[in-house]
Amino acid sequence: MRVALFITCLVDAMYPRVGQATVQLLERLGYDVDVPLRQTCCGQMHTNTGYADQAVPLVRQHADVFAGYDAIVAPSASCVGSVRHQHAALAARSGDDGLRRAAAAVAERTYELSEFLVNVHGSVDVGAYYPHRVTYHPTCHSLRLLRVGDRPLRLLHAVRGLDLVDLPDADVCCGFGGTFALKNADVSAAMLADKTASVLSTGAAVCTAGDSSCLMHIGGGLSRDGASVRTVHLAEILAST
Amino acid sequence: MTAFLGMPARAPRGVGQLRGDLPFPAAAREALGNAQLRSNLGRATATIRAKRAAVVDEVPDWAGLRAAGAAIKDAVLADLGSHLIRLEEQVVAHGGRVHWARDANEANRIVTDLVRATGERDVVKVKSMTTQEIGLNEALAEAGISAWETDLAELIVQLADDRPSHILVPAIHRNRTEIRDIFRREMGRVGVPAPPHLSEDPHELAEAARLHLRARFLTARVAISGANFAVAETGTLAVVESEGNGRMCLTLPETLITVMGIEKVVPTWRDLEVYLQLLPRSSTGERMNPYTSMWTGVHPGDGPLEFHLVLLDNGRSATLADPHGRAALRCIRCSACLNVCPVYERVGGHAYGSVYPGPIGAVLSPQLTGAKDNPSLPFASSLCGACYDVCPVAIDIPTMLVHLRSEVVAASGPKPERAAMAGVSWVMRRPRLYTVALRLSRVARLFGRRGAIRRLPPPLSAWTRTRDLPLPPAETFRDWWVRTHGSP
Ligand code: SF4
Repeated sequence: MRVALFITCLVDAMYPRVGQATVQLLERLGYDVDVPLRQTCCGQMHTNTGYADQAVPLVRQHADVFAGYDAIVAPSASCVGSVRHQHAALAARSGDDGLRRAAAAVAERTYELSEFLVNVHGSVDVGAYYPHRVTYHPTCHSLRLLRVGDRPLRLLHAVRGLDLVDLPDADVCCGFGGTFALKNADVSAAMLADKTASVLSTGAAVCTAGDSSCLMHIGGGLSRDGASVRTVHLAEILAST
Repeated sequence: MTAFLGMPARAPRGVGQLRGDLPFPAAAREALGNAQLRSNLGRATATIRAKRAAVVDEVPDWAGLRAAGAAIKDAVLADLGSHLIRLEEQVVAHGGRVHWARDANEANRIVTDLVRATGERDVVKVKSMTTQEIGLNEALAEAGISAWETDLAELIVQLADDRPSHILVPAIHRNRTEIRDIFRREMGRVGVPAPPHLSEDPHELAEAARLHLRARFLTARVAISGANFAVAETGTLAVVESEGNGRMCLTLPETLITVMGIEKVVPTWRDLEVYLQLLPRSSTGERMNPYTSMWTGVHPGDGPLEFHLVLLDNGRSATLADPHGRAALRCIRCSACLNVCPVYERVGGHAYGSVYPGPIGAVLSPQLTGAKDNPSLPFASSLCGACYDVCPVAIDIPTMLVHLRSEVVAASGPKPERAAMAGVSWVMRRPRLYTVALRLSRVARLFGRRGAIRRLPPPLSAWTRTRDLPLPPAETFRDWWVRTHGSP
């Protein structure tokens, strides 16, 4: 199986360790991982900020780069959500039917990490060991756009040594929302304050999620408050042995 | 009516309440500073959220009902004109009169003239978002007619000279102590005063409202209502409520004037049945609402002798003409999307500037006025999707918000953001340049203090005011990949 890693621009630039963990995990599970280096960004920021026309060339590039792989895996529900729920519409908007078909074909074979592990790989025990108290924040796009359900929790339950604690009001948004965090910074900060309070109430040492963007937001709040809770991507936990 | 050519008009400026004075972020900042408001709202929305979840989860075919709710509305909207004409025929056949109002000004004029013709100076009102939308009370006041709200929450809002902040619970931003103070202070000024030792006990407050309102019901000769639904096949109007004040207004006065948005029509009673299941569970979290009043024309000796139905457009045809926006017209105003919205919960309804707040307001207000007149509302969402999940007619609000954002951007002139977005997209289309650009982000390490970035210049200062950013890594992922897995 030819598996391509859709690394996402944020992980590439800011969280290489999340990409490395994803590669290590997939290789450990026996997959031949490829990272096409012509990939850049799915265009979600442009689309969601109102710049759909600027996103269309990025959709074209994405569809082109990832054509021909059996599976495309990304450590981000949000970016997979963009590929799955926005790319075809953006292509249709451009009036290019060929692009619409190409984008749909790529979207069909694109998986968020927990989806790939549970549905394609077919196992929740990936042989990980992580001896820490962890709480899991289900990001909005994993929960409501991709409907990954309890897949991440099942994966975490199978990690040896891991003490999983429930996050109160887990399904409430952390307030990131891409450029929302800048354009409506005060509301975003108010939402974040409630989220970090929930995280702290669990007594967990680590807060994990399937999206580096939301973790950057939650981690940014925790760090500003001087809290010692770390934010760690799901891929990093699953890659640990 | 003369022939109507060209694109349908948006809701006009200068009348009604669909536009705010402040952009959303500024209005939200003010609201966030109000700790009382936040705690009132947090408590109220949490309670209603839990109630809704319980009564929705117990319905085995909720998904099917929801799909039916969406499909029936879509079918109506696809042929709205014929359903409205059928409704008109039936209302007229049963002794009512139908008036078509292109916008808020026309509707206000029609209603004012109708009230004037009765010679009355006072009218009682059933809770109605549509009449708030068009600013009917203000228009009547200008004509020397006093409109008295009879819904408990609307009464509180009116007595306090306030604005509604929720489509179902207009005074959700007030707690009991505030309500008691408003009753004590204001009731006597306009009618039957509050009992001298009124406490904040909910039963006492309700009793005070009852006594105050009873006098109005018994003297009113004209009532004005909205409508939740209109059944075209029989010309029947329906109002769904909890308190019974609506029933009083709809049956006691001699003249009844109903102002209804044109999207409220459903073809048959069978269709109505679907919504009578969806609405109470989604709005108040009840299996069934206490009062559902339905009336068909006029019947001598039973209820009003005169019935007028005012059909309001006010930007609805323009919304219908927009394939990306028309689903907003499915809305049955249940307010479930407000109650689950993390943005609404923290800022309340006033920050949205329109009588329609929350997620549906962020879509509907710009649809009715044109995105140009409400440019900040489509951005008033983190796109978390909670609204879409609970909406009983499956309105995909996040996707509509994203589309409206592109309309706002298309309508706005050049600004730094546009140049930045174009620049970023330009680089992202060039993988080699992009690789270099990612490496350059390392420069940001210079801003670091104690292992994190704590302060950045505008516009990124909006982030660092309350949040740290991590230091960019020494090596990007792609550089690591090339180093460990071979050349590009
Ligand atoms: S958009 Fe949906 S959830 Fe919101 S008020 Fe309308 S019907 Fe209810």
